[in-house]
Amino acid sequence: MTILTAVLAMGGLGLLLGLALALASKYLSVGQDANIPLVTEALPGANCGACGYAGCAALAGAIVEGSAVTGACPVGGTSTAERVAEIMGVPAQPVAENVAVVMCRGTLDASKKKYIYEGLSDCEVVAGLSGGDKVCRFGCLGLGNCVRVCRFGALTVTDGVAAVDPDKCTACGICLAACPKSLIRMVPKANVYSVRCASHDKGADMKDICLVGCIACRICEKACEYGAIAVSSNIAVIDYAKCTNCGACAEKCPKKIIYCKTQGKGV
Amino acid sequence: MLKELFILSVSAIFIENFVLVKFLGICPFLGVSKKTETAVGMGMAVTFVMGLASVMTWLLNTYVLLPFGLEYLQTIGFILVIAALVQLVEMFLQKMLPSLYNALGIYLPLITTNCAVLGVALLNIQKEYNLLMSLVYGVTAALGFMLALVLFAGVREHLEDADIPEFLQGMPIALITAGLIAMAFLGFSGLKI
Repeated sequence: MTILTAVLAMGGLGLLLGLALALASKYLSVGQDANIPLVTEALPGANCGACGYAGCAALAGAIVEGSAVTGACPVGGTSTAERVAEIMGVPAQPVAENVAVVMCRGTLDASKKKYIYEGLSDCEVVAGLSGGDKVCRFGCLGLGNCVRVCRFGALTVTDGVAAVDPDKCTACGICLAACPKSLIRMVPKANVYSVRCASHDKGADMKDICLVGCIACRICEKACEYGAIAVSSNIAVIDYAKCTNCGACAEKCPKKIIYCKTQGKGV
Repeated sequence: MLKELFILSVSAIFIENFVLVKFLGICPFLGVSKKTETAVGMGMAVTFVMGLASVMTWLLNTYVLLPFGLEYLQTIGFILVIAALVQLVEMFLQKMLPSLYNALGIYLPLITTNCAVLGVALLNIQKEYNLLMSLVYGVTAALGFMLALVLFAGVREHLEDADIPEFLQGMPIALITAGLIAMAFLGFSGLKI
């Protein structure tokens, strides 16, 4: 008799709780779109946050909901956008692929220093000491804050200047915020030429500061047939929408600071 | 009555701290104590579940087990109720309070069968507390758990930067620290209230 009561009580309790859970799972279920896990799968899964969402799963939710476009992942690029569009059953949109570029080539031999820095290997720290150890206020400090934040191993510091490996760069944009000098910019992958100087110092001053600094001579402006490069605030700036990759500016530049991505890795 | 509840609370939080004196709930104590933030999240989830579990198990014991003379089934019955309860709470939160679910979400399933939760349910019965006292004991014991967890997490965060001999790095130093904190908590046992 005791055994029977025990079995009945426990069995009944289990049954009751089981029923309650079954009912709860029916009435309290949160409708999750079946596409969300599929889209999450198609995304790179780096959870880097470059899209502006908390991670790949959050972006997948936004894409399925319709608040984000299928090509919202800057890391995955065209191939990911195509797969996501396929899952969502919409035509794929072209993705403007970008790549990060360090706007400074002021290596140890090219750029003068105003003091010798010995201390924490951190760009923020040296940037706080009268703007860094380089005479140029705008130049790369070369202590690799960007290298440390890059999850894809695309950045390296050689000769005191950071450089991006365009093959490894996924344009996630995390390094942009890490640079105290804001030297890393996003440029369209399709454009191979970029001006690798960010100095707004006057041309006459620049001659004494750095061998590879823009002297605002405007030769590139004259060389460009398409009006795609212009000097403003003492620095040449390429309008990537107009640039045709002809390379005339790079050829004429007396300081050779307009670099071509495809010639030599990591510059 | 109020005085009694106060004494119960102080003793549950400090004198008979679940983790450091009774050694219950050691698994999350070591597992979820790397960051103060997660320690607080886990502590909140445990407080929530332990308060609820205290009430539910007390009701089960008083209205089901005692009348049928089935006290020897306490452990299995309590596990059953607690496990179902946590599942139910998780579903309820996900549907009704998604923000709270996102904050506690990952910790809830972790404490389904945590021994601290079962421990508080059994202790309530052993000490013959009434319903209100059970609830208060459940919540304050969990607050004691949270206190221990947050203290420990704070120490561990500092240990990250400390220069620790290689053979002590990681778990060994964490266990030594836990032991030292437990010894410090022994001091409360001299407290007279």
